[in-house]
Amino acid sequence: MSSSHFYSSITKKIIMSLMGLFLLTFLLVHLTLNSFLLFDKNLFNEGAHFMGTNPFIQVFQWVLFAGFAIHILYGIILQIQNWVSRPKGYKKRAWMEQSPFSKYMIYTGAIIFIFLAIHLGNFFFVKMGWVGNGVPELGGKEDMGQLVIDLFSNGGYVAFYVIMFLLMGFHLDHAFQSAFQTLGLNHPTYWGFIKGLSRVYAIVVTLGFVIIPLVIYFR
Amino acid sequence: MDLKLKIWRQASPTDKGQFVDYDVHNISTDASFLEMIDILNDELIEKGERPVAFDHDCREGICGMCSLYINGHPHGPEAATTTCQLHMRKFKDGETVVIEPWRAKPFPVIKDLIVDRSAFDEIIQSGGYISVTTGGVPDGNSIPINKEHADLAMDAAACIGCGACVAACKNASAMLFVSAKVSQFALLPQGKIEAHDRVKAMVAKMDELGFGNCTNTYACEAECPKEISVANIARMNREFIKAKLG
Repeated sequence: MSSSHFYSSITKKIIMSLMGLFLLTFLLVHLTLNSFLLFDKNLFNEGAHFMGTNPFIQVFQWVLFAGFAIHILYGIILQIQNWVSRPKGYKKRAWMEQSPFSKYMIYTGAIIFIFLAIHLGNFFFVKMGWVGNGVPELGGKEDMGQLVIDLFSNGGYVAFYVIMFLLMGFHLDHAFQSAFQTLGLNHPTYWGFIKGLSRVYAIVVTLGFVIIPLVIYFR
Repeated sequence: MDLKLKIWRQASPTDKGQFVDYDVHNISTDASFLEMIDILNDELIEKGERPVAFDHDCREGICGMCSLYINGHPHGPEAATTTCQLHMRKFKDGETVVIEPWRAKPFPVIKDLIVDRSAFDEIIQSGGYISVTTGGVPDGNSIPINKEHADLAMDAAACIGCGACVAACKNASAMLFVSAKVSQFALLPQGKIEAHDRVKAMVAKMDELGFGNCTNTYACEAECPKEISVANIARMNREFIKAKLG
C-alpha cells in the first residue's frame, strides 16, 4: 500500500496527534464533570443538563465524534501500512521500545473503541432514547447521576470499567508525549517536562476515572 | 569460546530461505563478531560448503556497510556499536546466537545476511544534497554559523546510513535516517535555501519506497550505532510543517 494514496506519512501523523490532543482535552473535561458525582449528584445533573442542552455543546459533540472517527481511521491506516512495511518478521527480537506502551497502541486503541461503543450504549443512547428505558427522573428533571450510580452498583460492571481505564491509561501514557514529538515540539530544555507531564496526565486521568466507580460501589 | 549459531541462509532474492545451525569453536574473546564469521566461513569453504554472505567494508565503525540482526538487536546487544566493532567478549561461552538480515519491505534480502539498502540512496538522491554552482572556493568564515547549530548538524551528519533504525523499528520506519539527513542541512545556512523542497521530496520518496510510519517508540535512537537523537525526527516534522505552510 502506497501512502501517496492518502497523505504523506507525516501529515497523517500530524492529523492523528492533533485529534489525539483534542481527545485528551475532552477526557479532562469529562473527568471533571464525572468527579462532581463524588461530591453532589445534583451538581453532576446540572453539568449533564448543561452538556445536554447548551447549543454550542450540541454542535460541538458532533465535532467530538468526528475527532474520534478521524483518530481511529488514521490509526488503522497507519497501522496497516506499518504491518505491510515488514512482511517477514524476526525470529528473535529484543525489547527496544523506549516508550513502553508505544508497542501496543493499536491494541489498546481497539479495546478503547469497544469500551467507547459500550459506554455510548450505556449513557448517550439511553439519554437519546435509542435504547433502554430512558433516564430516571428526579423532580421532573433527568437524573443522569442516578443512571450512573445504578450502573456502578453492579460489581461486574465496575470491574470491567476499571480494567478498561487501566488499559486506556497505557494508551494515554504514550499518547501525550508522542503527539508533541509528532508536532515537532521536542526541545531539549522542555522534553523531560513534557514526558513527565505525559505520565502525570495518564496517571491522574486513569486514577480519576477508576476511583469514581469504586467510591460509588463501596459507598 | 564456543558458540552455537543460528544463521539465516538464503541463496537468492527469490529463495525461501531458512535458519541453519552452526557450531564454532575456540573463538578468541578478542575477535570481532565479523572475524568470528570469517572463521566460520573459512571452515565452510574447507568443507566445500557455501560461505555465509554478509556486508562489511571498513571494519572501523564508520562506513555503514555492516549490518546483521544479532540476538534481537541490530548490530548486536552492545549500545552505540556497529557489528564490526562488536567483540566476542560481549557473548557468553556456549551461548546460542541468532543472526538475521535486516527485515523491511524496502530492504529485500539479496543473499543470506545481505540486504539491498539502495532505498536509502534513492532517498538521498531525492533531496539529500545542496545545489552549489562551481567556482572559486569561498572563504570558510564568510558565512557565520551558530556554534550550537554547527554541533547539532555535525551530530546529525554522524549517521552512517546503515539502516539499523529501520531494522529496529517495529514499523520499519526510516524516519531517523531521513530526519538526520534533513537536519544536517536544515541547521546550516547553505542547506536552508532548499530546505522546503528537500524535506517534502525526501519524505515523499521515503513513503513511496514503502517504509513504515513512525509511532515514536524511540527504538531507533536506542539501537543507532551513532546515537542519532530522535530530536532530529521532531526537527524534520517541524521542517515539514514549515514547508507545507510556507
